[in-house]
Amino acid sequence: MQAKPTSLRALDLVAIAVLIVAAYLALVYAPEEAVMGQVQRVFYFHVATAWTALLGFIAAGVAGVAYLATKDEKWDIVEIAAIEISLVFFLITIVLGSIWARPIWNTWWTWDPRLTTAAVTELIYIAYFMLRQGIEDPGRRARFGAVYTIIGAVSAPITFFAIRLFRTIHPVVIGSGDPSAQGTFAMAPGMKLAFFFALFAFTIIFVDLFWNRILMGRLAARVEQLKLNLMR
Amino acid sequence: MNYAVLPQDTTPDTSGYMVAGYVIFAVIMAIYIVSFLARGRNLERDLSTLETMKAESKAMTPHPPRKRAVRKAKPERTRAGTRGQTRRRGAGRR
Repeated sequence: MQAKPTSLRALDLVAIAVLIVAAYLALVYAPEEAVMGQVQRVFYFHVATAWTALLGFIAAGVAGVAYLATKDEKWDIVEIAAIEISLVFFLITIVLGSIWARPIWNTWWTWDPRLTTAAVTELIYIAYFMLRQGIEDPGRRARFGAVYTIIGAVSAPITFFAIRLFRTIHPVVIGSGDPSAQGTFAMAPGMKLAFFFALFAFTIIFVDLFWNRILMGRLAARVEQLKLNLMR
Repeated sequence: MNYAVLPQDTTPDTSGYMVAGYVIFAVIMAIYIVSFLARGRNLERDLSTLETMKAESKAMTPHPPRKRAVRKAKPERTRAGTRGQTRRRGAGRR
């Protein structure tokens, strides 16, 4: 790839460092949860990846609006980068959630509103890449992508608010859920530190991967332009 | 005295699931980063190849012929004057 900026190299190292610290806090520092046992520790990375992924999908929608308004290719590159990283993070969310659910709910999967909307969101963005591949003209492809991400971005808040809008067995961690629900999801201080640090760490990791992906997107655009010029 | 340990008093051993979760997390991240680096390398290679092809195609393209200035043919000169030239008014035969 073209020469990486020094600040990005530094961010790469920071991302690795915060990931290691987040893993330590989640696996060692945070106390064991009394009812669920050790499996509760996946929750720290599960929520952190979910949070950043959903924000990434919304950011992609904003980039789509910016592309349609300016027709500047850079927004298309930003959009693809946001969706690709968010897709990977959300896959991690779904897999960790399933692993957590097996011993706690006694099932790998249930068509609960939160899980269903999460699965739909993931499939929407997998389809995004598949559909883009089928369009050869770069301008048309970017326009299609922009419109698609604007519509797809609606699925992110629906997924987030699903546990507040519908009856669900998925725990409500932030804020209050159904007033008639029994029990709480209160966290001990060690758990809170691990939780919020994981949120911070995955935000840094997302930004790092996002920046790297944008650089790669620029390179891909140059290669495509050269190919088109040589074909003429 | 023998106290019976009720099932709900003991924390279940779910460490296997925790390990599986973090291993799968590491595997997904590793696969993504490896594919990312591989794609980047492929793009760099493609860029290098395309730039070489572009340079070669420029070198092979022949130079277009230089445009020569078109000179108007000079009219033939004779003792009588320029053939074909319109006689001036009033000019008679000598």
